[in-house]
Amino acid sequence: MVSALSRSGLWLVSLLIAVAACAAAVDTGFAIHMGIVALACIIGLIVTLRGVDLSKAILAPDQGRYDDDVIRWGVIATVFWGMAGFLAGLYIALQLALPVLNLGFEWTSFSRLRPLHTSAVIFAFGGNALIATSFYVVQRTCRARLAFPGLARFVFWGYQLFIVLAATGYLLGITQGKEYAEPEWYVDLWLTVVWVAYLAVFVGTIVKRTEPHIYVANWFYLSFIVTVAMLHIVNNLNWPVSFVGSRSYPIFAGVQGALVQWWYGHNAVGFFLTAGFLAMMYYFVPKQAERPVFSYRLSIIHFWALIFLYIWAGPHHLHYTALPDWAQTLGMVFSVMLWMPSWGGMINGLMTLNGAWDKVRTDPIIRMMVMALAFYGMSTFEGPMMSIKSVNSLSHYTDWTIGHVHSGALGWNGMITFSAIYYLVPRLWNRQRLYSLRMVNWHFWLATVGIVFYAASMWVAGITQGLMWREYGADGYLVNSFVETVAALKPMFFLRAFGGLLFLAGAAVMVVNVWRTILGRSREEAPMRDAAFDPEKDRPVVAVAPAAA
Amino acid sequence: MSNPKIDDATGVETVGHEWDGIEELNNPLPRWWLWTFYITIVFAIGYCVAYPAWPLIDKATAGTLGWSSRGDLENEMTAETARKAGLMAELGNASIEQIAADPRLRRAAIDGGRAAFKVNCIQCHGNGAAGSAGYPNLNDDDWLWGGDVATVHQTLVNGIRQPGDDATRMSQMPAFGRDGILNAAQVQDVVSHVRVLAGEEKPSASAQRGAQIFTDNCTVCHGAAGEGNRTVGAPRLNDAIWLYGGSRAAIAQTVNNARYGVMPSWGNRLDPVTVKMLATYVHSLGGGEEAPAPAPQEAAPPAAATN
Repeated sequence: MVSALSRSGLWLVSLLIAVAACAAAVDTGFAIHMGIVALACIIGLIVTLRGVDLSKAILAPDQGRYDDDVIRWGVIATVFWGMAGFLAGLYIALQLALPVLNLGFEWTSFSRLRPLHTSAVIFAFGGNALIATSFYVVQRTCRARLAFPGLARFVFWGYQLFIVLAATGYLLGITQGKEYAEPEWYVDLWLTVVWVAYLAVFVGTIVKRTEPHIYVANWFYLSFIVTVAMLHIVNNLNWPVSFVGSRSYPIFAGVQGALVQWWYGHNAVGFFLTAGFLAMMYYFVPKQAERPVFSYRLSIIHFWALIFLYIWAGPHHLHYTALPDWAQTLGMVFSVMLWMPSWGGMINGLMTLNGAWDKVRTDPIIRMMVMALAFYGMSTFEGPMMSIKSVNSLSHYTDWTIGHVHSGALGWNGMITFSAIYYLVPRLWNRQRLYSLRMVNWHFWLATVGIVFYAASMWVAGITQGLMWREYGADGYLVNSFVETVAALKPMFFLRAFGGLLFLAGAAVMVVNVWRTILGRSREEAPMRDAAFDPEKDRPVVAVAPAAA
Repeated sequence: MSNPKIDDATGVETVGHEWDGIEELNNPLPRWWLWTFYITIVFAIGYCVAYPAWPLIDKATAGTLGWSSRGDLENEMTAETARKAGLMAELGNASIEQIAADPRLRRAAIDGGRAAFKVNCIQCHGNGAAGSAGYPNLNDDDWLWGGDVATVHQTLVNGIRQPGDDATRMSQMPAFGRDGILNAAQVQDVVSHVRVLAGEEKPSASAQRGAQIFTDNCTVCHGAAGEGNRTVGAPRLNDAIWLYGGSRAAIAQTVNNARYGVMPSWGNRLDPVTVKMLATYVHSLGGGEEAPAPAPQEAAPPAAATN
């Protein structure tokens, strides 16, 4: 369909456009970014010209097997970006405790590394995990190969280009200044293209499914993909200052802009970090536990309640601001109502272990999943509580928020992703088992203790900070200066960094484990329980596989 | 397709679907879950009736409690203002000297000044008012413009070298090196002399040459012995307390390029009572001086009366 010649032509045209944009750039940052795009085009051109025949994989694949190339790349990318993001997190945690680590360069200052950390863990680590697992899960639960295999590969590499452009942009100081939506207009446009392609691949696969019903995990993945597309487009409605420059101005100004930003920001949590990862939970927990999902009815009710309620909760990020009182009220009450729908996912995950609770003792991957669900439950209780205005007046702008976010991000998103990776790696690379299940257990404990240090120190820090800020003396004057509150938090900053170090160490153990599993090695160790796997059954329905007959 | 069966481990019926080996049980919604969900919905409805919630055409419903965040703030501020009104009026009417003389007013002013200091002053002068390079320490008795309470107050009201304030503290040291008044060797000599005055160096030939240069160029402001002059804010040089550092390099930098430290005119930024409180607080930090002896004419009448 697409010959190597026309593909080379496409790369060449893209390369010329990128070089022209680089030459015409009105600022250095844009020029560097176009240089990166040109480099990506050159790599694509070289790969094409060296005769790597993608068409074999894309056009004449083994129809009897699932299309797992992109998923294997995605798992590696998840591990790689995870390490990068955790390391950046540890470094900025140390910067808060030891400001000298800002090093005096603008590129290494906290303000530029902080979005690098948040984007690396949310969008690079989490995003790759979501793309990889969604492609894995949608194929298995639809018993169909990926629709548009070429597009699926474009989604993966296009998303990596987005990550590189976003990350380098932060270091260069290119930012919209919107939390979790920092990349500038041209990177936003690129992500939109990639995301629409992602939607097409996912929906296309569901459409060609051979199962009569759509599995619950796919509802969650679909709601995540559709909603993130909507949020991303609306929150990034910007007009560029120059079409060859990296600056733009948002359409929405003032409090409207703030409300749109937090409608986006909160639902990035709701749909990216909650709905998307619940989809992972709904597939990997029953598979690893080898048990039926606890309640079909609960999954329906909590799914619809969750996606209906979440979208209204954003204004709770703007309590006691210029946002009108009525909008603050709505943000708060929708957050409170969100408590049980959020917990529905936790209940369905945990109760799936009914009849198999012994596996928490014997299976380290199940143990990790249970801990993920426990942290999910904790942070989805904490969230509605913090949205209550009287609680928020204490917690807002303090490190309590940071602790809350990390108990969710490290505990829920991190742990469920790690357990999914441990589930996937032996299956994707067709290995007997993981290199070491004992090392999964080490990872579990390092990560769990790390999160406890992190969350506990930030709870103490946040409440200390909140109370010090609002402390009035008998004469009616504020007691503390800002810098006194910072000095009071310093020991907590060190404890937080220690927790981050443990979490990073656990992830490093995972890197070794995944790496050696891919190499096909097995550690000599006392066996632990793992879920059974029959590669012969892991086939789409179109192929008349012997096992299926 | 639906093929319900009983799950052995729990005795619950499955829904009958299966995806990649995953089945689903037909458990009902947990009752506690459902009822807690209902309760949060009832709470939400109740809250929306009581508080501002429903957006209408040009405003939102006010809620039955009549609460608003702006109203809430206003009530608190009104109550606090009313509580302090008497004291504030007293502080407003009293002169800075009267506040210093009245223990009760002085105490109140110091408390208020401490709070205002934390908001407005610590960015430069430090949390403990110990200053840093370029920003004077306010705890010691080494004052640039004078350390009695009225003088401190005037410095605060009019600021230092603030354009647009006619009464601001104003003076400017020449940039002796940059403007070619002294050559590089002369600058080094005068640096030696200044460090000898401060007791940071032993006398030397360079310092002796510097002494003459100092007499010709510096004594008019800094005094013959480097004792400084508060009327022009010329720092005392013979006490080893340095505003910009006492190393040879730092002093040479000062002589070559001069310095031009500034402070805002707080009289234009803060209300008069707050400025008085700040002055009283700074004066109380440890280096505050007694008011200078009253001028002779004012002292004369009572003296005449006793005679």
